Amino acid sequence: MNFPEGLKYTKDHEWIKVEGNVGTIGITDFAQSELGDIVFVDVDPDLEEVTFGESFGTIEAVKTVSDLYSPCTGKVLEINPKLEDEPQIINGDPYGEGWIIKVEISDPDELNKLMDSAAYKAQLNQ
Amino acid sequence: MKKTKLFPVHEKLGAKIVEFAGFAMPVQYRSIIEEHLAVRNSVGVFDVSHMGEVIVKGEKALDFVQYITVNNAAKLTPGRVQYSAMCYPDGGIVDDLLVYKISDDEFMLVINASNIEKDFNWMNENNKFGVELRNESDEFSLLAVQGPKSQETIQKIIDKPLDIEYYHYFYANVAGVDMLVSCTGYTGELGYELYFKGDEKTAEHVWNTVFEAGKEFNIQPAGLGARDSLRLEMGYCLYGNDIDKTTNPLEAGLGWITKLKKGEFIGREALLKVKEEGLKRKLVPMVSDERAFPRHGYDLSKDGKVVGYITSGTVSPVLQKPIALGYVDVQFANEGETVNFVIRGKEIPAKIVTLPFVKKS
Repeated sequence: MNFPEGLKYTKDHEWIKVEGNVGTIGITDFAQSELGDIVFVDVDPDLEEVTFGESFGTIEAVKTVSDLYSPCTGKVLEINPKLEDEPQIINGDPYGEGWIIKVEISDPDELNKLMDSAAYKAQLNQ
Repeated sequence: MKKTKLFPVHEKLGAKIVEFAGFAMPVQYRSIIEEHLAVRNSVGVFDVSHMGEVIVKGEKALDFVQYITVNNAAKLTPGRVQYSAMCYPDGGIVDDLLVYKISDDEFMLVINASNIEKDFNWMNENNKFGVELRNESDEFSLLAVQGPKSQETIQKIIDKPLDIEYYHYFYANVAGVDMLVSCTGYTGELGYELYFKGDEKTAEHVWNTVFEAGKEFNIQPAGLGARDSLRLEMGYCLYGNDIDKTTNPLEAGLGWITKLKKGEFIGREALLKVKEEGLKRKLVPMVSDERAFPRHGYDLSKDGKVVGYITSGTVSPVLQKPIALGYVDVQFANEGETVNFVIRGKEIPAKIVTLPFVKKS
């Protein structure tokens, strides 16, 4: 399983890629594999803000439904438009095409509470 | 956790293993949706060896089966199979099952894995006919080969023409192993179930031979996930979801197997009363055009009031729409009526339809 360096991870299996003050958020390879076939991603199209540690939507897979927890606080810039018709791209490419939202990060200090790739991998193996 | 004799095969295939009814079972190999579509479009194989088999033997075997099940087993002849259920005296369901008539003094009852111990105890408690009851669940392996290409697949490795009709069985040699071959399944497709005994090596040999035969049809292993979505597209009940000891067969849409006029059986008095008084609720199939995922336990509402609950739900891989079964108060349980799935506080309109959800072409 793949957990790219340079991303930050939550214990709830989201990742965030930080570029300047913009964070791109998705779910990890582990999460997509546990969920199995993803049928749709439910993020309110009118969503304006996300808050660190709070749910910003749900992801529905054949087996189960799972909340999406935000790894940062900030203003929502974009929701991945491809997920509407092809949610299964998250299964195929969780860190690339399968990103979920982009956020303008308002409190970069919160990111220090997240794990790096090695720490995330270590807690999965626990 | 118990393991079927094919467990090493599932591990080798990299299946995702989950606990189901005390067994370590494959829930999926690669993708539930792909496995589902392989069965609908070509052929797939399920290891369902966790199912239970009880042999009923004795002069009064038929009397026993008639007493303990709701369908009319007197209609069976050797070589035929019947879908049936066992009820408690209050009409609640002990289990649903398949009844195989082997001979005038022998039947095989195929029961759900989660209920093996409970059912076997129940049969023994109600054995006032002095029949011999043998729980052979651990001895049988059971493969369900399902899909439009299942017949062509098995025909290559069986020692006689595979010409049995739906809900019939015969004995044959498949892949060099003597077994019971039954034209049954839980998918709504043409399909066969192979009951055989023997060790892990035998089971693996049968599995591999079936896969070799089905290669040209791109045969796929299918797990419990696809088994569940396939049965739900047909509206087949799952014990523990849609039926249990708190539901009776009449409200569950199983009136067609409940033969109240066949004579005495456990639960008959209660079911006659239910029939006389009329149903309070009914298990109905529902489809929505919205983007939603109905699941077991969610409420059903109408005009702001809870009118029932969902017992099984999924997004149909064939229809690509949310489908569900659920109990609804009888005044709303009519085809064409609209009810709502209540999903995390949101009401999602759904329409009551008729089964199966997926019609065969």
